Amino acid sequence: MTTSDDTRLAMQGTIEALTAGAGSEPVVVNLGPQHPSTHGVFRLKVTLDGEIVQDAEMRIGYLHRSMEKLAEERTYTQNIPFTDRIDYLAAMSNNLAYCLAVEELLGIEVPPRAQAIRVMFAELQRVASHAMANGTFINDCGAWHTPLFHMFRDRERVLDMFEMTCGARLTTNYMRIGGVAFDLPDDLLPTLERYLADMPENIANYEALLLENEILHARARGVGVISPEMAINSSLSGPVLRATGVPWDLRKANPYCGYEQYEFDVPVGERGDCFDRFLVRMAEVKQSLHILRQVVDSLPEGPYLADVPLHARPEPGEAYARVESPRGELGFYLVSDGGPAPYRFHCRPPSLINLSALKEMSIGGTLADAIVTLGSIDIVVGEIDR
Amino acid sequence: MTELAGLSGILGAWYDFRDLNNLQRLITEWIADWGPDWLASIVTGLLGALGILGVIGPTLLVLIWVERKVIARFQQRYGPNRVGPKGLLQPVADAVKLILKEQLAPRAADKLIFFLPPVLIFIPGILIWGVLPFGPRMSVADLNVGVLFLLAVSGTAVLVIFMAGWSSNNKYALLGAMRAVAMSISYEVPMVLALLTLVVFSGTMSINGIVEWQQQEDVIFILLFPLTALVFFFAASAELNRTPADISEAESEIVAGYHTEYSGMRFGLFYAVELGNTLVVSGFIATFFLGGWWMWGLDEWVPSWIILLAKTGAVYFLLIWTRGTLPRLRVDQLMSLCWKALVPATLLFVVVAFVQRTLLISEGWDTTIALPIMAVINIGLSLGAIMLFARVARPADLRRPARIRMAGAEIGGLRAARSVAARSEEPQFQVGGD
Repeated sequence: MTTSDDTRLAMQGTIEALTAGAGSEPVVVNLGPQHPSTHGVFRLKVTLDGEIVQDAEMRIGYLHRSMEKLAEERTYTQNIPFTDRIDYLAAMSNNLAYCLAVEELLGIEVPPRAQAIRVMFAELQRVASHAMANGTFINDCGAWHTPLFHMFRDRERVLDMFEMTCGARLTTNYMRIGGVAFDLPDDLLPTLERYLADMPENIANYEALLLENEILHARARGVGVISPEMAINSSLSGPVLRATGVPWDLRKANPYCGYEQYEFDVPVGERGDCFDRFLVRMAEVKQSLHILRQVVDSLPEGPYLADVPLHARPEPGEAYARVESPRGELGFYLVSDGGPAPYRFHCRPPSLINLSALKEMSIGGTLADAIVTLGSIDIVVGEIDR
Repeated sequence: MTELAGLSGILGAWYDFRDLNNLQRLITEWIADWGPDWLASIVTGLLGALGILGVIGPTLLVLIWVERKVIARFQQRYGPNRVGPKGLLQPVADAVKLILKEQLAPRAADKLIFFLPPVLIFIPGILIWGVLPFGPRMSVADLNVGVLFLLAVSGTAVLVIFMAGWSSNNKYALLGAMRAVAMSISYEVPMVLALLTLVVFSGTMSINGIVEWQQQEDVIFILLFPLTALVFFFAASAELNRTPADISEAESEIVAGYHTEYSGMRFGLFYAVELGNTLVVSGFIATFFLGGWWMWGLDEWVPSWIILLAKTGAVYFLLIWTRGTLPRLRVDQLMSLCWKALVPATLLFVVVAFVQRTLLISEGWDTTIALPIMAVINIGLSLGAIMLFARVARPADLRRPARIRMAGAEIGGLRAARSVAARSEEPQFQVGGD
């Protein structure tokens, strides 16, 4: 053993003794349930080594309202308003998925006009929801609310159209078993035409502001990465899955409401990071506007509601219907025992299942990365806790 | 001042508001008639301090309104418009509310150290105003080492911030304080180097001297050293905790950083000092790089302090603008930007300033010809440096563009994903990259 080795060993011993005495230990920080960026009452317990996330633990249940159990006590029609409140940022999509499940249970044909109206509102809802998702995502990246407010302007006009049609903006309760509650009001289509005419310019503005922004790239590129294999194994869906490059969209894979007659494309990302999720959402808004244009141009005439008894009693059996909600695969599983109310009412919430990958995505990154990743998953806590 | 012959009667009179120093001189002379010498200097010093304190308070109230209104316009909102005409009294109402609120302190907080920071933070916040020259003879203290004083005073604020974060016994506050210390230590280096460039080139450490140099040579420093000005602007906004560098009170991450636990007027004091610092730093940016109170002869007609305030307002608007537009950088990104890009860039211009200054003196060049040429050279160098650092200091992650492909007919799982990714045609949509 040479002297330099001796010195090195001695040094090492000193360093070990010093650090042992210093007693450095990880810090556990609670993000939530009250925190500016948890998007609701969601609690994330992160274990930090300095700024690096060592462990992330998700605590859910602060918004549990027992939706599934309550639904077993109410008739099939009475349950529709519950679905609004499951994912309150995409009430139309939730209405739609539930009605599809009941219709499958009852074996009802939905008139073509009702189907077109459903597609129209589901896509409008997607535009509104993605505006919210992207806006809050940029906020989580640290912008001072400016992109959020600009995107809210687009969302506001969609909500105005909802109000025009069914009187409510968030909890719409618009879809019915066998169709929709009301026909389109006279002034809806002109309003929608104006909206479709204005949107390309607005989107071009957002793209000019955000897409080449170096800070946004630095914050979101390569952050919260998840591989396509891991995404499929975690059963992720929606933009979070598509950002990894997996072209899975229920509107194409398992068309419902006549989506097969509309021409649109499924945008997919490449790396599965936060920026890809953001880009996929931006691209999906454009595709939704494209679908809306086709729906408006080919809106069929006819009844808007099939002839369905108010208190339907389906035959005993089970049904599962799923739609591509703005957040991913939203499914409703219903079991009927022949009574007026479902025997079992189960919701497959995309937010909850997408959130399950957060730990995988955020370990090893910094605290700031974990926040951005959470924002990019686009959770709605009402849907997670139900 | 020959063209002002008609006005010469009032030049230097106490009511000549173009130079408030006239009033002060009147008082000095009056006191000198009957009192001891030291009394005059104490009285005028106190008058200056009172003037600054009297100006800052109301200015801050207006500034809160301005900032909220401007940000609101960026965001397609109205901003405050309920209390008073155009919402002008909203800050007053807010201040009253903050004063009346209960002063809460966490039970586990270190009470004395928790109580002190909102008070102590005012000391550097007020001291720093003392060396801001509002006119040729209009600074409270025209120190011959003004630049040094400015840096020393602004450096002490971080100690107070760390006291606040440490004593709160709150993890968000502690994280915020740690970030503030790390950032303050790092960003003081490019700030010092940026000011060193000016000191070397103008040959004086007096802040008024730097302005007078700009006046003599008929040039403003932002033309001579544009990159230094940019770095100083960014470093100052980092020191001020403003977006894109507001990591020590990053709302979406650590709630409010070091002042998370402060409520009521204690929070109000932090907020007020932060706004006041933003204003005074805008003033210093205007002084160092935009010529301060001097503006190509206009300062003979318009009071010098109005010129300075106009320039300060312009810089302040820029700060509001960046805050309203940009997202926030991450802690490690801010640090690597500082040490890998800002420090080398400012160092480069310190060397450039040394060389050019030496050439100017030793060769005895005519400054009216040499300075424009140097400005052109330095602007070219700045652009070159920016492009070089954009290549070298940029993370490899960002050198590749982000791509969005359209899946077309391929819908499915991994196999479909591979075939979409392997498609040889150009991606339909891509952003970023080199």
